[in-house]
Amino acid sequence: MLSVERLVKRYPTGDAALRGVDLEVPAGQVMALIGPSGAGKSTLLRCVNRLVEPTAGRVRLEGEDLTALGAAALRRARRRMGMIFQEFALVERLSVMENVLSGRLGYVGFWRSWFRRFPPADVEEAFRLLDRVELAESCDKRADALSGGQRQRVGIARALLQNPRILLVDEPTASLDPKTSRQIMRLICELCRERGLAAIINMHDVALARLFVERVVGLRQGAIVYDGPPDGLTPEVLTTIYGAEDWSEARRRGGADEEEEEEPEVDEQRLAGLT
Amino acid sequence: MPVREVAGVRDWQRRARGRRLLGWLGWLGGTAVVVASWQAISAHTMWTFVWDAPVQGADLASRMFPPRWAYTARLWRPLWDTLNIATLGTLAALVPAVPVAFLAARNTTPSATLIRPAALLVIVSSRSINSLIWALLLVSVIGPGVLAGIVAIALRSIGFVAKLLYEAIEEIDRAPVEAVTATGAGRGQVVSYGIVPQVLPAFAGISVFRWDINIRESTVLGLVGAGGIGLELQASVNVLAWPQVTMIFLLVLATVIVSEWVSARVRHAII
Ligand SMILES: Nc1ncnc2c1ncn2[C@@H]1O[C@H](COP(=O)(O)OP(=O)(O)O)[C@@H](O)[C@H]1O
Ligand SMILES: [Mg+2]
Repeated sequence: MLSVERLVKRYPTGDAALRGVDLEVPAGQVMALIGPSGAGKSTLLRCVNRLVEPTAGRVRLEGEDLTALGAAALRRARRRMGMIFQEFALVERLSVMENVLSGRLGYVGFWRSWFRRFPPADVEEAFRLLDRVELAESCDKRADALSGGQRQRVGIARALLQNPRILLVDEPTASLDPKTSRQIMRLICELCRERGLAAIINMHDVALARLFVERVVGLRQGAIVYDGPPDGLTPEVLTTIYGAEDWSEARRRGGADEEEEEEPEVDEQRLAGLT
Repeated sequence: MPVREVAGVRDWQRRARGRRLLGWLGWLGGTAVVVASWQAISAHTMWTFVWDAPVQGADLASRMFPPRWAYTARLWRPLWDTLNIATLGTLAALVPAVPVAFLAARNTTPSATLIRPAALLVIVSSRSINSLIWALLLVSVIGPGVLAGIVAIALRSIGFVAKLLYEAIEEIDRAPVEAVTATGAGRGQVVSYGIVPQVLPAFAGISVFRWDINIRESTVLGLVGAGGIGLELQASVNVLAWPQVTMIFLLVLATVIVSEWVSARVRHAII
């Protein structure tokens, strides 16, 4: 569904951030892109929706060559790719509802969006999504009044309101505590399953990746060095991705986490009661 | 290199030796300039007048006191004009200042090589001419009166507002702009959703701040015939009616205090 071919990105500063990346993501697949900081994960995602212009190579979404599109066609293509950001990237001074509705900007005209007169169907869908991410009662709050986890859920709702075919997710949990991180990852993966969405999720937490995805791609210095199931992340593989280190901790934590998953409800309720 | 090794001990200083010497030379030069300037000023000053100043000042003060309270009745109207000059002038400036700011900001300008310099030129020319001088020119173009004052205030304010606003635009958080772009929004929508909410508080603050400055500037515009309380001031000074001048000063002072208070309140409410 998404195919990246020989993608190269060299920044004007001279850094070769991507050196010929080939990647194929079938419809409905949720995959993790892991790699050390500076490996080029964010650059790869941004080249897909052309927030960053690739230097060479091709990106195809459902057969359409995104790298060849003019400005108007690119905007239309972007509607099919929802993006979720590490620092949430919400417009802080707008309300939760306005932030979510901004996911429809590619579909409505300028004046409609300026006067916040979105089609009733869009507003209804926005409410449905806010219900789904459990923020319906916060829809009139300003985005800067929310906690990190809540903000990320607004970001998720915004991306989904685009009615995308694929989610591009850039370190969704890097600014969150471990527990909220899990909840957010679970939410993203559930939503992808419900809606049959594909997703590329950048992350640097190997243990977290193991828990939630079916496929892991390892990026190092702008090149793919691993592509396979999470179980294949042996210490040797992790060493090629991240460099030499003792990996028993990351691997064991992955296993331990899986056991914990059996009884998360109690824990969650206890925490919910506290807040 | 600020780090040296002396007998195996690493020493660190903020600046290397050459730089330090240069710093001292700078200070020396500065002092020399001050001394020289003082001598030049002193040579062109008639010191007898200066020594006489306290006496003259006391004399003037005695003639200015007490203020002529009854005169206020004739001042309300010009004061109202002054407020209108400031307020309408500010509003008239905001309309062109906003697009100019967006054209001048590096991250929103359509063309950094052509349009941005043009917008910056507008800003610089507006800012470099004082409103009193604008008024002087305008009085001879459109004739004396309130309109000349309004236009003078507006012309002076465009650059001020546009400059502060474009700096605010350049300092926004880029992440929401990226996020809005990624949804497939058009250029105008990216500005209205990603940028406008971020600069709106700054814009409101700048506008009120400029209004506050304009109240003060519009009190003197009458001196060159551009309407407002300055006209009365000039008339009173011309006939040496010092108690009336005092009265005008007091009224202007009160107005400025009120406008300052209002602008502080408004800015506090937004931020
Ligand atoms: N805007 C930019 N300008 C110049 N170099 C950049 C820019 N963004 C990223 N880079 C460089 O590209 C490389 C990859 O960065 P990035 O894609 O952010 O990696 P990751 O997301 O995996 O941490 C790094 O070496 C980084 O310094
Ligand atoms: Mg990154």
